[in-house]
Amino acid sequence: MKLIEAKNISFSYKNNQVLDDINFELNEGDILSLLGKNGSGKTTLLKILLGIFKSKGEIKILDKNIKEYSNKELAKIISYVPQTHQIPFDYTVFDVVLMGRLPHIGLFSNYSQNDKDIATKALEKVGILNLKEKIYSQISGGERQLAFIARALTQSAKIIFMDEPVTGLDYGNQLKLLNFLKELSKEEYTFIKTTHYPDHALYASNKVMMLKDGKILDNGLVDDKLTVENINKLYDVNVEIIKRENGYKFCIPII
Amino acid sequence: MIKISSFALIVILILMINISLFLGQYQISFNEYLMFLKKLIGLNSLIDNEKYETMKSIIFDIRLPRIISAVLIGASLAVAGASFQAMFVNPLVSPGILGVLSGASFGAALGMILGLNWFLINLSTFIFGILAVFFAITISFIYSSSRNMIILVLGGIISSSLFSALLSIIKYGADTNDVLPAITYWLMGSLSFSTSSIVWNLTIPMLGGILILIFFSKYLNALSLGDEEAKALGVNTKLIKLIIIIVATLISALSVILAGIIGWIGLIIPHITRLIFGADNKVILPMSALIGAIFLLLVDNVSKLIFSFEIPIGIVTAIIGIPIFIFVLKNAKKGF
Repeated sequence: MKLIEAKNISFSYKNNQVLDDINFELNEGDILSLLGKNGSGKTTLLKILLGIFKSKGEIKILDKNIKEYSNKELAKIISYVPQTHQIPFDYTVFDVVLMGRLPHIGLFSNYSQNDKDIATKALEKVGILNLKEKIYSQISGGERQLAFIARALTQSAKIIFMDEPVTGLDYGNQLKLLNFLKELSKEEYTFIKTTHYPDHALYASNKVMMLKDGKILDNGLVDDKLTVENINKLYDVNVEIIKRENGYKFCIPII
Repeated sequence: MIKISSFALIVILILMINISLFLGQYQISFNEYLMFLKKLIGLNSLIDNEKYETMKSIIFDIRLPRIISAVLIGASLAVAGASFQAMFVNPLVSPGILGVLSGASFGAALGMILGLNWFLINLSTFIFGILAVFFAITISFIYSSSRNMIILVLGGIISSSLFSALLSIIKYGADTNDVLPAITYWLMGSLSFSTSSIVWNLTIPMLGGILILIFFSKYLNALSLGDEEAKALGVNTKLIKLIIIIVATLISALSVILAGIIGWIGLIIPHITRLIFGADNKVILPMSALIGAIFLLLVDNVSKLIFSFEIPIGIVTAIIGIPIFIFVLKNAKKGF
């Protein structure tokens, strides 16, 4: 099923063209990796699809134009895991995760026991139930990332956008997180994630979109498109892609 | 824990209101107060009619309005402060950040130097309070960027400076015998300004404003993570922020009408509340309202007990507030 269809998206910020003629589709169960140098427009594209920035072109989400959605309706379909940041207030991890239920409650209502149960389950699923009452700003960067993922699950949106989700995680947790995404994608969750690691795109996504200077360099299935030539064009580095007998591919630099 | 605490705070507030009723120049003993209450609800009472009437006028025309005024101001400023701190993602912000207090001060001083009656002075206070915030918002619209919250704060600082300067002009030109002392005294804040009719008229709008902000506290949580995240959580940030600014400005301006400028509460009560209850605004807003109300009543009572004359409450809030803040800071269970 087609979830997102974007046609001719262009976006400029104060006469600076950030994105130019972006076209792509996202289907149910996809894990789409967005690759590109710093400043290539990856995060901007996510924010456009979240309705935070307004762009030129047409974006359809579940066959309906994004302009016809309110913030609240959109938040029930797409959740966002931003890069971790400091919050100047000492919310508990549970406070932060429970905010995922915000699009589901009305102006005069408060979070119900059901909302709290959903948040608790999400914490459990991500494996940080033990951090529930900890102060969010005092846990480690990786744990904060996991808390944001728990919030995204709490939001009960089937599409999840992640901005560099593995940043700040230790090696083991990076792989755990990628495996977790693969599992979730089998449960009808669909992902777009930005990443700086071609390896992670090879390991845990089926689709890839490479952005260079705001334009799509190439876009399609990871197996077809994440090639030595494309990585070379994208980052100006020489790499080799090695395929193991079990089918897994990985990417190493050539010095 | 939170249910028990809010219940305890409500009990303390009610007790404090009752205690405040028999503190003051005219001595009322506890016994007399009980007799009075009995007669008031129509029971047999030993109190004679003349004494009853005197007590009735003291309690209902003088003390109760002053108490209600303290409760409303304490709650309004604390809630407005907590709302702005979350909305601006900055714990150092106070209700005056967008210029409402400076604007209102100027408005009142202008009314006084023009020799207007109290109704018009109040109106001028209110209008210039709103105008100052409107000016700040206009400045922030001129330069739109992703950093618009910082520009908004800057707009507020500019607006505050402008109205402070205008206020200085008025003070400079004011008659040093009567108008200047009146302005100066008014700027220090006092609960003795408000008459009972003003208090009763402002009760509903102020309570309404406090309630609206409390209903919005769940959005404040999202806004305090930053604009973009709040949007991704489904908040219509422009609309919600505008409503919060309007309501917080209204109740702050009304509090200025009641008692002039009372500083410190809007900044520090939310901090005291967070140190006790954690950061969740759904808890912080109602608790700040209660603690703010209790605090201002306490300050008023203490100053009535210590000084035999009327001392500007703006002075006493800081002097009594600082040791309380240090005490809470030292015993803090939660973070900021």
